[in-house]
Amino acid sequence: MGIANALQNSALGLAWHALRGHRHWRPFWRTPEPRASYDVVIVGGGGHGLATAHALATKHGVRSVAVLEKGWLGGGNTGRNTTIVRSNYLATPSARFYDHSLKVYEGLSRALDYNVMFIPRGVVNLATSRFQLRTMRRRVEALRLAGVDSEMLDVEAIRALMPRLQIRSTAGCEVFGGFIQRRAGIARHDAVAWGYARAADRAGVDIIQNCEVTGFERNGDEIRSVQTSCGRIGVDKVAICVAGHSSVLAEKLGLRLPITSMALQAMVSEPIKPVLDVVLDGGFYVSQSDRGELVMGGGTDVYTSYAQRSGLQRVEDNMAALVDLFPSFARLRFMRQWAGIIDLTPDSSPIIDAIGNVALSCGWGSWGFKAIPAGGECLAHLIATGKPHPLAEAFSLERFTTGALIDEAGSSGGMDDREPLL
Amino acid sequence: MRLAEGGTHIDRSRPLSFTFDGRAYQGFAGDTLASALLANDVRVVARSFKFHRPRGVFGVGLEEPSALVTIVRGPDREPNLRATEVQLSDGLVACSQNAWPSVRFDLAAINGWLAPLLPAGFYHKTFKWPRWSWYEGAIRRTAGLGRIAGTADATRESKRFHHCDVLVIGAGAAGRAAAEAAAQRGADVTLVDSGRIATLPNVRALPNTTAIGCYEDRLVAAIERIGDRQRLWKIRAAEIVFATGATERPLVFENNDRPGVMLASAVGAYLERYAVVPGRNVAFFTNNDSVYPIAEALRSRDVVVSTIVDTRRDDAVLDSRRVDCDVLAVSGGFNPNLQLFSQAAGKLRYDEKLAAFIPGEAPPGLRCVGAAAGEIDGGVAPRWRSPGNPRKQWVDLQYDVTVADVELAAREGFSSVEHLKRYTSVGMAPDQGKTSDVNALALLGEITGRAIGDVGTTTFRPPYHPVTIAALAGARTGSLAQRYRRLPVAWHEKNGGVMEDHSGWLRAAFYRRDGESEAQAIAREVRAARFGAALFDSSSLGKIEVFGRDAAEFLNRLYVNNVKTLAPGRLRYGMMLGENGVIKDDGVFGCLAPDHYLVCTSSSGARDVAFWMEEWRQCEWRELDVRIVPQTAQWATLTVSGPKSREIVARLGVDIDLSAQAFPHMHVRSGSVALKGDPQVRVRRASYTGEMSFEIDIAAEHADLLWSRLLELGAAENITPLGMEALDVLRVEKGFLEVGVDTDGETTPLDVGWGEAIAKKPEDFLGRRSLSRPAQQRADRLQLVGLQPEDPQLFLPVGVHAVDDAGAPIGHVTSSCVSPTLNRSVAMARIRGGAKRSGEVIAIDIDGTRHRARICDRAFYDPQGARLNG
Amino acid sequence: MKRIDCPWCGPRAENEFTWGGEAHIVRPGLSCGDGQWRDYLFTRSNPRGAHQERWCHTYGCAQWFHVARDTLTHRIERVYAIDEGPVDATG
Repeated sequence: MGIANALQNSALGLAWHALRGHRHWRPFWRTPEPRASYDVVIVGGGGHGLATAHALATKHGVRSVAVLEKGWLGGGNTGRNTTIVRSNYLATPSARFYDHSLKVYEGLSRALDYNVMFIPRGVVNLATSRFQLRTMRRRVEALRLAGVDSEMLDVEAIRALMPRLQIRSTAGCEVFGGFIQRRAGIARHDAVAWGYARAADRAGVDIIQNCEVTGFERNGDEIRSVQTSCGRIGVDKVAICVAGHSSVLAEKLGLRLPITSMALQAMVSEPIKPVLDVVLDGGFYVSQSDRGELVMGGGTDVYTSYAQRSGLQRVEDNMAALVDLFPSFARLRFMRQWAGIIDLTPDSSPIIDAIGNVALSCGWGSWGFKAIPAGGECLAHLIATGKPHPLAEAFSLERFTTGALIDEAGSSGGMDDREPLL
Repeated sequence: MRLAEGGTHIDRSRPLSFTFDGRAYQGFAGDTLASALLANDVRVVARSFKFHRPRGVFGVGLEEPSALVTIVRGPDREPNLRATEVQLSDGLVACSQNAWPSVRFDLAAINGWLAPLLPAGFYHKTFKWPRWSWYEGAIRRTAGLGRIAGTADATRESKRFHHCDVLVIGAGAAGRAAAEAAAQRGADVTLVDSGRIATLPNVRALPNTTAIGCYEDRLVAAIERIGDRQRLWKIRAAEIVFATGATERPLVFENNDRPGVMLASAVGAYLERYAVVPGRNVAFFTNNDSVYPIAEALRSRDVVVSTIVDTRRDDAVLDSRRVDCDVLAVSGGFNPNLQLFSQAAGKLRYDEKLAAFIPGEAPPGLRCVGAAAGEIDGGVAPRWRSPGNPRKQWVDLQYDVTVADVELAAREGFSSVEHLKRYTSVGMAPDQGKTSDVNALALLGEITGRAIGDVGTTTFRPPYHPVTIAALAGARTGSLAQRYRRLPVAWHEKNGGVMEDHSGWLRAAFYRRDGESEAQAIAREVRAARFGAALFDSSSLGKIEVFGRDAAEFLNRLYVNNVKTLAPGRLRYGMMLGENGVIKDDGVFGCLAPDHYLVCTSSSGARDVAFWMEEWRQCEWRELDVRIVPQTAQWATLTVSGPKSREIVARLGVDIDLSAQAFPHMHVRSGSVALKGDPQVRVRRASYTGEMSFEIDIAAEHADLLWSRLLELGAAENITPLGMEALDVLRVEKGFLEVGVDTDGETTPLDVGWGEAIAKKPEDFLGRRSLSRPAQQRADRLQLVGLQPEDPQLFLPVGVHAVDDAGAPIGHVTSSCVSPTLNRSVAMARIRGGAKRSGEVIAIDIDGTRHRARICDRAFYDPQGARLNG
Repeated sequence: MKRIDCPWCGPRAENEFTWGGEAHIVRPGLSCGDGQWRDYLFTRSNPRGAHQERWCHTYGCAQWFHVARDTLTHRIERVYAIDEGPVDATG
């Protein structure tokens, strides 16, 4: 039994369990009753909350940790994103932060002993004008000097990477070139949540699902306990990792944030045999999952929304973009669409900061999935040491007062102001 | 087998030929591919997704999970079609998919032998060493259902829009009754159905149209089948009636996926509609009453019905006996089709008696009728589990999810229904769980000891049924997909203009003459502008007229410049900021009269600035008497630039005194021009090239004529059309910045040398307060400077970075050219603390090699502006 | 595709409109502190529930107006003129 558990997640382990009809697998995580108090309570059981708990337990020796998730873990944006992992951001602090995250992704399956299926397919952006090509060069050079891999691509190289891409030579929407980050790629989003949850649980973290935080109790400036649907839990420190709901919880703390929550939609096609090997990024983005589905997205619905509703206009716009890029996909079928709630900041950069004994990780917008490992490490560092992690120093709340914003609208696709054609 | 008589949907007078996997068969008009295959006793039509088990036709309609085929039309292929939704046509070529070498003998069936090693989520537990990428390629190739071709039919169906009072979805008995009733009370009624619709008076029928999504405020998306293509309908209704019926769910038992196991209602439908029986000896397995009439119907057609196993009767004692049959028709009850209702925010609740989810609370304007509302007879006794090997009991046929997978998921803690779905992929296949959803969650409930109502359903998401991408794109393909704005002068494209996208406008990058290279053309155009005359179409230039007693006050709040000191007839180069202090747009503005101003914006900024102005006028500054009239597309702007420009413009015959004294640089005049109709013109002496320029605004309908006239009038001076690339060289030589090129999302006017000018203005303007924040005041910000490389012929590509001794970046090149005028390379760059570093030599990193360049003033050419005056 | 009742044009599809953010935010004068300016620029209520915001019917009459809308259900409680002040949440 002991050997089997050690080898549990491996081909050998699979074989061993197969011989026993798979009846002896253990639960991925316990379902404990919440204790009366914890050193750290993390609100939000998505990728960031779980990664933070994992880092606290395994890197900082903080074992008295609970993750409170109001629904089922990983059910927020971690379970809804389009799974792209890259670090090709413009500003140096961003590039360094996301690249650290990418490096962790590269070894994450082994670190968590769970295959998160990270694959460096390569992320490509296209330039459809001379202006875009020149702007791209700036990003490529900045990345190179920050120690992050990226290279410009000419039209021939793009054609070789995406044989089905329509590259017109007539006026308008020519492809002038592009750039690629080869180490970037995709991962299985649910697996990231489950892998971190399992590892955190094994390290002693209590993961408590179906437990919604309804309020906070103060003693002076410090939060002393959280009120939840499972009762009152005492805390030394609290962390808020709830993405699109950050303002809702902040309001219970008497805070207002520089955040607007909007719907981000995604859609998948039916699974087909491999037709696209790289990730094509830009205002519209598409990749092909290992199961064969095309996973796509592009543009936010530009108004405050907590509804997680998908709409028809976005699908029409994105499918028109898809078939314009890849005419041979016309017969392919769109299978499912959904939406998440993204917490947007004015500069498309995150917030990792603390106010009193409350640590905040929010403003992850549409760029949160790739950041899970680094976000977790940095927030855990802040909680455990009281000081910002060097990689996250620039992502303070204070920057909105001093004006030191880190503008990544270009690297994040920004907000879509495309004119709709009815 | 086909019976000799009957079949409501087929026309026996019209036989059709088709092939499946290369073999020829016959069917009738009205058949689906599935009914025709069954008529020809083709029992194995597909292989399952994961284990490549042989599969036959299972259902009769959209719910079909197993019989996925590819239709071949010449070089085009359409994969993943359900044989039950393909209308038979003469010459149809169909084939199986996901099997090799053939569907009858598929090598990948070996996966079935490996099944114990391939439980749900197995790939997460392994493939970690050395890394996933070693295995991923092979796994990708075995995944996926069908294969798409290299080309596709480019034909598109335009979308349709439709409004009605009442939309009834489903033309069965309940739907027809609802439609009729609504029509009788005078409503404008539309009735949609995936199949045929018999005419109803005063009801608009949309047959062959499947509703696939219910969106906010009762917008329904529906797909009409037109031959082998699809058309998207967007229907807005005041009321929606869901007569969407119910789908039978199968029973789950060992080997329930074998060819020959079918939904009982499907067996009944094949008999009724197509006179087809899927075999010769039919057995039934049921937990409700619905199968008995079907068995009767079969018997009345002399089909052998060997037995009916009814769990309600035999459940207590399941004796072991062997029954021969070649069709096993199963019925586990019926699930009302409430996916669309749920998408429209209708609530569901679990009904114990029906063992199904039925409608709960409905939002206003929505209701369910008929089977969809739970009006289902049948005395169902739910039975969610069977004895036997759980690894051989299928819950989701399309993604090969078994009972063992659900048990494993529960065992490992994935006991919420969403976790179950994501861990096992049950219900995530293209059939979206139509025949598996309720079975899966009921099973989960039993395993984890929870009532089905507590387990709940997963969220229903559009589309109800997969939709081709072509239908969603509609006519937005080819030239309609690219939304470019075009200049009013048609001459450019026909005369060597190399047209490219410039901020959404199609403009000439340069004009190619015979044998010229791009570089030669650009150099020629630049020379013409500097020494002779150039002509360019700058009609995309934003032009906004501002009227009113408070026009100056209004603009004074928008511009960083002082507007109120501008006298009529004069122009000033101005800058507008966003409230964050970042440069939003720049351009020349002019005073035409104390209550009439002209604002010129960049081509890309025209729409945004006009929108921005209206927002402030309407929302915040309602006390101001001001009106904003965008005129960008109404006025064409043709610019004559160069030392010879004045004499050429003079020949035009404008009633404006063009002399240097009467019309100095940075002034604006109005008049008329001697063209047909004596059109009005407005002429600005503003310059983006650094040479004397006359920007002539004229109503767009005269643009072509004016362009041709200027070409004629300037022939002696060799007036030369100027493209965007040459314009770029000219402005770089002058050190003129371009917003969005030399500035980005963080650049303030302080960063480009406007600090002193701003200090002179006492009043507030948009963005001003942001400039005094600590970050905007720092001396080490990126500031716009000129650069001259020590090697005068070394071109500094835009985007390359300046680095310090340690190799860390300290700035980047924003604009650059090898100036034909100065015969050396010049560039503009944003450099840390650049404003105080004039004269300093810095290192520029180009592909890893460092080159030296000197920081200098940006105005490389004619820094005093002497060529502009006079 | 939500319908919004433009006060001038009647109910129109949401893609004819441009959202203008949270309403009733007062612009401070030049002498305000950095924190106050920050709040004006960036700090937002971003509520899950009742929200007052500005919309413009860009592809119609191009007029701005106010909307009181629930950000969770998207239900529009009321549409009111641009020169009307904030609606009392308890009223």
